[in-house]
Amino acid sequence: MTDTPLLEISDLNVRFDGERTVHAINGLNLSLGQGEMLGLLGESGSGKSVTLKALLRLLPPKRTQIDGSIRVNGADIMTLSGRRLSSYRGGEVSMVFQEPALALDPVYTIGDQIAETVMRHRGIGRKAAMEVALDMLMKVRIPSPERRLKNYPHEMSGGMRQRAMIALALSCRPKLLLADEPTTALDATVQIQILLLLRELQREFGMGIIFVTHDIGVAVEISERVAIMYAGNIVEEGSTRDIIRDARHPYTRGLLSANLHNVAKGTRLEAIAGAPPSLETEPVTCQFAPRCPNALPACEKGLPPFFVPGPGRRVACLLENGATAD
Amino acid sequence: MSETDTLRDNRDRGGPAQPLVLAQNLTKHFPIRSGLLNRQTATVHAVDGVSFAVHKGETLGIVGESGCGKSTTARLLIGLIELDDGTIVFDGDALGSAISLRDMRKSVQMVFQDSYASLNPRLTIEETIAFGPKVQGLADPLGRARDLLGKVGLDPNRFAHRYPHELSGGQRQRVNIARALAMSPRLVILDEAVSALDKSVEAQVLNLLCDLKDEFGLTYVFISHDLNVVRFISDRVLVMYLGEVVEVGPVEAIYGKQAHPYTASLFSAMPSMDPDNRTMEPPLSGDPPNPVNPPSGCRFHTRCRFAEDVCSGAKPALATFGNHPDHLAACHMHDPASGHSLAGAEASA
Amino acid sequence: MSTAIALAASASTSGRRGYWSGVLKRFSRDPVAVGCTVILLVLILAAIFAPYLDLADPYKGSMIKRLRPVGTEGLPLGTDEQGRDMLARLIYGGRLTLYVGLMPVVFAFFIGAALGVTAGYVGGFVNTVIMRVVDIFFAFPSVLLAIAISGALGAGIVNSLVSLTIVFIPPITRVAESVTSSVRSLDYIDAAKASGGDAFTIVRVHVLGNVLGPVFVYATSLTSVCMILAAGLSFLGIGVKPPEPEWGLMLNTLRTAIYVNPVVAALPGIMIFITSLCLNLLSDGLRSAMNVRD
Repeated sequence: MTDTPLLEISDLNVRFDGERTVHAINGLNLSLGQGEMLGLLGESGSGKSVTLKALLRLLPPKRTQIDGSIRVNGADIMTLSGRRLSSYRGGEVSMVFQEPALALDPVYTIGDQIAETVMRHRGIGRKAAMEVALDMLMKVRIPSPERRLKNYPHEMSGGMRQRAMIALALSCRPKLLLADEPTTALDATVQIQILLLLRELQREFGMGIIFVTHDIGVAVEISERVAIMYAGNIVEEGSTRDIIRDARHPYTRGLLSANLHNVAKGTRLEAIAGAPPSLETEPVTCQFAPRCPNALPACEKGLPPFFVPGPGRRVACLLENGATAD
Repeated sequence: MSETDTLRDNRDRGGPAQPLVLAQNLTKHFPIRSGLLNRQTATVHAVDGVSFAVHKGETLGIVGESGCGKSTTARLLIGLIELDDGTIVFDGDALGSAISLRDMRKSVQMVFQDSYASLNPRLTIEETIAFGPKVQGLADPLGRARDLLGKVGLDPNRFAHRYPHELSGGQRQRVNIARALAMSPRLVILDEAVSALDKSVEAQVLNLLCDLKDEFGLTYVFISHDLNVVRFISDRVLVMYLGEVVEVGPVEAIYGKQAHPYTASLFSAMPSMDPDNRTMEPPLSGDPPNPVNPPSGCRFHTRCRFAEDVCSGAKPALATFGNHPDHLAACHMHDPASGHSLAGAEASA
Repeated sequence: MSTAIALAASASTSGRRGYWSGVLKRFSRDPVAVGCTVILLVLILAAIFAPYLDLADPYKGSMIKRLRPVGTEGLPLGTDEQGRDMLARLIYGGRLTLYVGLMPVVFAFFIGAALGVTAGYVGGFVNTVIMRVVDIFFAFPSVLLAIAISGALGAGIVNSLVSLTIVFIPPITRVAESVTSSVRSLDYIDAAKASGGDAFTIVRVHVLGNVLGPVFVYATSLTSVCMILAAGLSFLGIGVKPPEPEWGLMLNTLRTAIYVNPVVAALPGIMIFITSLCLNLLSDGLRSAMNVRD
């Protein structure tokens, strides 16, 4: 029972059809253990947000081609529909968004919104639900929670709104929390508060978290494991410590140096040249090769397989070949 | 008054070289009007008595959180909003008397954060860049535009006739830089110019900015919330909080030891980049207060853990800190005469 | 319509080819919008070239041939209550109806856009004065306002045109003002100011090109309302006067025949319906074709 991973994504492909076709996710494999905190790191267009949306089945079915399997606690969620889908969303898995100002309903108070969710998922009365809401606001350390229950989202500051959003997302005790850049819109001194709060809540509630971010510093601060996405697939994955100390994929190394941590003035930055691919066609070669300083002729010939340089690690780069193939 | 102090300091520090910009006591309050009669109900103290100098050829970094007035300061510097009070002296000429806004604008340009909103979607990028030179009556504006496109790393033959929506964020920001350079400015204000870009693209644009600065002998005012980027690009750093300057000094001095508790908090809020040594305690609680009706005295006292009675009572003046004469901070803890209990200890430390 | 496109395009000087050819390309991929354009063109061309179409005299009635049903030999759409050929009357009626339906919007587009752009760009006191005056007109329902002005001016085509133009200036001004205000707050306007452009140049180069498009689309959607209002004025007897063929007026005079020959009585209404539907769908198509961000 405990062996069942919380989340198992295998060979996920997502393609958007429209005026322009976009192969947003290409053969993604990812698993997450119970109560694990994974940082999903990538730049815009790398497919990290699409992955989260696919997990919640939020992608518009008309224009989207999805195949592959997504299992949460062993249950296939690609086949969910109707009632079971809505109890899965918000009940088993919930999400925290980048802009709480847009994700919270402006015409209801914070208390009403949390209580409404709790009532729907747990089938308890309004009064009991309000108590849960109050309890949740205390859990996310909102000062004077009784008063805040009656506040509307616009009456709160950005950091408070994000705390309320987290309270809403956790109110039904989900097993898996998806956090889509929840601190990007916040000031630095507020961001660190939210990161620490999420870390504490994760310990307290024991849920698994996928934390999507473009900021490698944030990913390091919050996650035990980091997966780096590029052009719709993971290029490198490993424990946060390993990634920071010994990044293998040239893209990861580029991202690390582009973070400018402790870079002194006047040094020339080792920028990754060029721009990410447009993904209009299905990738058949290493998508990073055109920007890669160490690209080999073989990189342009086919998709790189995953190499395993150490326990719990994988790198999709042919340069790893020498290290492991013997 | 703190303003006159900083004023004297600025001039003393300037030495024989006249600062390119001398901003004195810049003040801008925005009225909030509401109700049927549009009566003023509150005032946003966006920028309140801000003084600083920008020396020729340097990069001055301005950091601070939302609502600290850094963008308003930028817009005041370029005359996009009118000053309520204060003076701007551009290379020795006072704005409004010795030099007109129109003339100063030829020398000061700005690059905005939102690369899309700062380009007219109906114009090709060549036309956008050529607009400034055209209205200023410079010769061959289109040729100039193509020239600059090459300088910012965009092949004019491929890009000149494109529209903004056909470009990536990084390319658009290069166009914005070229547009600013088209006026041959001496000062370029970069208002969060790289903040919206992906990290890998940001590094490219930062390299470009450094190259252009050398090539055209530019002076930058670089506004950002990213302390890593500010450290990389700036010579001096100005820290703002709720419309006021709390600390200013050379980048090494401030990054070595922060004088103001707010600056220190900003630095400890930075991600540690070390999984074995993570931040355990948030340096500050709550959000930055609203610049409507800011706190009395030192505006930081509501969030400062060293705050004492004197902090809410009197406004601290900018004074030198540590052994660097250019390193100034506005905190009672560094003024032995203030009556703050930590004043003596901090000063000797 | 075409004048407005030319105006909006000329604002962006040599950039127009790229942008407008893109709009045209996107528009041509929208089958609904293209279909509506074709129908409207047929109606307009038929109306313009009505005298050359070898139709019966739309004014000449016949007491014996009254209210013939649709499909009668030689009278494909039947006859009206005075025995006049409905086909001829509907096509000739298009001339007046379309004229009275389109012209007020064209006038109102120019006046309203000028007022709205001025109010939006200059702001402050000018904005307050213009927008408050506009608000006063807005307080009245447009039908009531049109009837009141037409009633005061008296019946007739010119007076209908004037009253409908007045009715449509306020909504267009409002839209132009709000689009201008939002464009004015964008960074590229600030960048243009920082480059030393004067207000007139900035409005010409940067504001008009971005404002007239949406306002034009909005105005297109008003033409159907205007047509219906014009028809309504005729129906009430304060617009076009009989025996002129005009769809609203025809609807009025034929209403007595609704029990005798409902299909023929409904024909002018169907024409109004088709035209206004096409205009609405056309404006929707234009709106999405002009959206560059997709």
